[in-house]
Amino acid sequence: MSTHHHHQEDFLFKYIFSTDHKMIAKQFMITGFIMGFIGMIMSTLFRLQLGWPGESFWLIDTLMGSWAENGVMAPDKYLSLVTMHGTIMVFFLLTAGLSGTFSNLLIPLQIGARDMASGFLNMLSYWFFFLSSIIMLISLGVEGGAASAGWTIYPPLSALPQAIPGSGLGMTLWLVAMSIFIVSSLLGSLNYIVTILNLRTKGMSMTRLPLTIWAFLLTAIIGVLSFPVLLAAALLLVFDRSFGTSFYLSDIYIGGQVLEHTGGSPILFEHLFWFLGHPEVYIVLLPALGITSEIISTMSRKPIFGYRAMIGSMMAIAFLSFLVWGHHMFVTGMNPFLGAVFTFTTLLIAIPSAVKVFNYLTTLWKGNIIYSPAALFSIGLVSTFISGGVTGLVLGDSALDINVHDTYFVIGHFHIVMGLSAVFGMYAGVYHWFPKMFGRMMNNKLGNLHFWVTIVSTYGVFFPMHFLGLAGVPRRYYTNSEFPLFDNLVDINELISMFAIIAALGQLLFLFNFLYSALRGPKAPKNPWRANSLEWTTPVEHIHGNWYGDIPEVHRWPYDYSKVDENGDYVGGEDFIPQTTPLGENENDGGH
Amino acid sequence: MAIIITVVVLLVVVTGVQILKIAELRAISQGEKIYEVTEKESKSQAYLLLMFLVYYFGFFAWQVYQWGDKMLPVSASEHGVGIDSLMTVTMSFIIPVFIITHILLFWFAFKYSYSSKRKATFFSHSNKLEMIWTIIPSLALTVLILYGLSNWNKIMTPVAENEEHVLIELVGQQFSWGARYAGEDGKLGRANVNYIEGTNFIGIDASDANSNDDVVVKGEFHLPVNVPVQFVMRSNDVMHSAFMPHFRAQMNCVPGLKTQFNFVPTITTKEMKEITGNEDFEYILLCNKICGAAHYNMQMNIVVESKEDYEKWIASQKTFAAK
Repeated sequence: MSTHHHHQEDFLFKYIFSTDHKMIAKQFMITGFIMGFIGMIMSTLFRLQLGWPGESFWLIDTLMGSWAENGVMAPDKYLSLVTMHGTIMVFFLLTAGLSGTFSNLLIPLQIGARDMASGFLNMLSYWFFFLSSIIMLISLGVEGGAASAGWTIYPPLSALPQAIPGSGLGMTLWLVAMSIFIVSSLLGSLNYIVTILNLRTKGMSMTRLPLTIWAFLLTAIIGVLSFPVLLAAALLLVFDRSFGTSFYLSDIYIGGQVLEHTGGSPILFEHLFWFLGHPEVYIVLLPALGITSEIISTMSRKPIFGYRAMIGSMMAIAFLSFLVWGHHMFVTGMNPFLGAVFTFTTLLIAIPSAVKVFNYLTTLWKGNIIYSPAALFSIGLVSTFISGGVTGLVLGDSALDINVHDTYFVIGHFHIVMGLSAVFGMYAGVYHWFPKMFGRMMNNKLGNLHFWVTIVSTYGVFFPMHFLGLAGVPRRYYTNSEFPLFDNLVDINELISMFAIIAALGQLLFLFNFLYSALRGPKAPKNPWRANSLEWTTPVEHIHGNWYGDIPEVHRWPYDYSKVDENGDYVGGEDFIPQTTPLGENENDGGH
Repeated sequence: MAIIITVVVLLVVVTGVQILKIAELRAISQGEKIYEVTEKESKSQAYLLLMFLVYYFGFFAWQVYQWGDKMLPVSASEHGVGIDSLMTVTMSFIIPVFIITHILLFWFAFKYSYSSKRKATFFSHSNKLEMIWTIIPSLALTVLILYGLSNWNKIMTPVAENEEHVLIELVGQQFSWGARYAGEDGKLGRANVNYIEGTNFIGIDASDANSNDDVVVKGEFHLPVNVPVQFVMRSNDVMHSAFMPHFRAQMNCVPGLKTQFNFVPTITTKEMKEITGNEDFEYILLCNKICGAAHYNMQMNIVVESKEDYEKWIASQKTFAAK
């Protein structure tokens, strides 16, 4: 091939319509970050309203224009903001941004494959995601405003424009965007599963896979099994909204007239929604847990403790995630016997979660921990996973749920256990694998500062919310000032809002570090963290096919850190043994 | 304003870039690799982690101290006492777990920070340990599940027909509540959105004889103390949720579906004013399922009073037929 000809197709196919998994990973990450920042700014805006209800803010005035007269947002636009914040954060940042980035980057590199099984489907997956993001953003500007029925879009509120203006065109675009998003997610997930099962290099048995790969595999399987159900739910809602069907609607009097719809049930929608919605929590969480397993082992220079138990607990979580959706519906009038069953299955999830936590702790025990920003964020994840996880025992218990259901207790719980854990896992992954993505290193000092600002301020935001919830404050309230009952809680709301502003500003440290390092950061060596897994055997510069020459063969599991012989000396002379190093005589694989 | 902010942001970015460049040049001139985490840096982060543990527990304790008395007062319903004690049991399990695991996490993180003089211990698995931390949580959870479900089953059992009780229908609509008492016959007349007309905002069928003595109220409804109340919930438009936090009671109102909840109020409004030391205290019913723009202000007062006072009050209300 002539180099000249090659050059011409270069830009378009290298950077835009790339089928290379490393480039697609970066595309997912940057799109995800942009969406994430938009979602974060939304939360800052509604925190301003909640902290100082009815006060005029320049920021609100500037960003929301006619939807916030004199700098005070309208009540239904507040609901638009919380709806879009939830949608963007859960799906666009923490599903596509997290799993899309790291599954794409790490699957071929860590299993020893030249690329994904289908580079073309992979490219399509990104472009569907991109299209979906654009439509979701456009919906912010349409007449009536963006979808406003909460990210769970329960009908009839989401089905009837008479009920709230955001259920007009904004809701239509939400449904279109999410349907495209689901297509993207399915294309990606199928590709991940096929690649992991079929393209592992010689010697890479399933029990030699890094835990990241196990996490991505289980995430993809959950996604393939649950996202189509949300698509079905969304399509039925489209039918109810536009074609006069009554899947979810019955006995409705609104705007002075009785609607024709009869015989449907909104509860059906809730079942369909949460059949995705709860597994979705683990779609968000498992990649983060996989990433931190890898980082905690590498940075503490110790094998991950209980490799097989970690895989087993992730499998148990993945399986149980399909049997617990009803705990979101304890007070919908569901048969109390069902409520009892869902309480049982929900609390069961605490067992594999506890196993994971104790395995993390034992991995750190007697380690030799090097504190890179990635290591700090991983420790942070273990903390948030515990702090947010324990309150799950309150919410998962149907009797206790009665009085905290849909209160700020829930907001505190899931933002810590799912939101923060996943965000911390994502940041850990970015700091750790940045050299694999950009061939440069991020600045550690700024990274550390970013971690400290983030963990202090985000706990400052979400921990006090438990107290609001125990005081009975419902979620999705435009202001708490209409009830004398809540008058003495004003200072809690102010404190939360101040921490939220600090947290948002703190993320600028990351943004700056990220951009600076991508463009000007010091050049990365091949294996900066002295890690075992295969991605660190690839050249620093990105090449198609990942390895010059043959794909290396794998001879051992990825967690041989600080392995010593009978004299107490490191096997191989270093505190790490890459997976490509053949087993020595008398040496057993897998930490045995 | 926008110009000033742009200028400030630009200045900050330029300063940041310069600082990073200087740091890099300094490192290069001293032969260091700027991205490598030194032993000293690891140690200082380890100290910060330990300090964070203290801060985090301090922050937790400060919140309990500062806001502990702003939580909901004692339960004003019979089953609520059970819920509160279940909550106490659950909390006295999860708070120690939270504290112990955090101490382990941050203590290990501090103690085992990097030292070139030490080797990490190669310890990859132990079936015994895995068994321990599978079985202990399982046992604790068994207790919580059994205790929780015994409460749940009691709460969810409707009031028996032959038992003395008050039957009330709560109807949600954007953005107000209506309450309908079954009246002397103890039966609610037929109702449906198709009958909504004028002041008959909850859609009672006037041709049903059971509806004649029904009593519909807005703004405030009364309950007799120590008498079981059986609620039936309905919605006229979108989903609402009838949330009565002081009674530990909540049930969604779903269009096209009747849901139910029951409780026995045990503390009158007057008594609760004394317990809370708040002269203006009122029990409240609020909406807890996003239902539209004014969701944040959809409320109804609840008055709990002696049986005699309640009977006087209900007798003074007009029946549906009389309206």
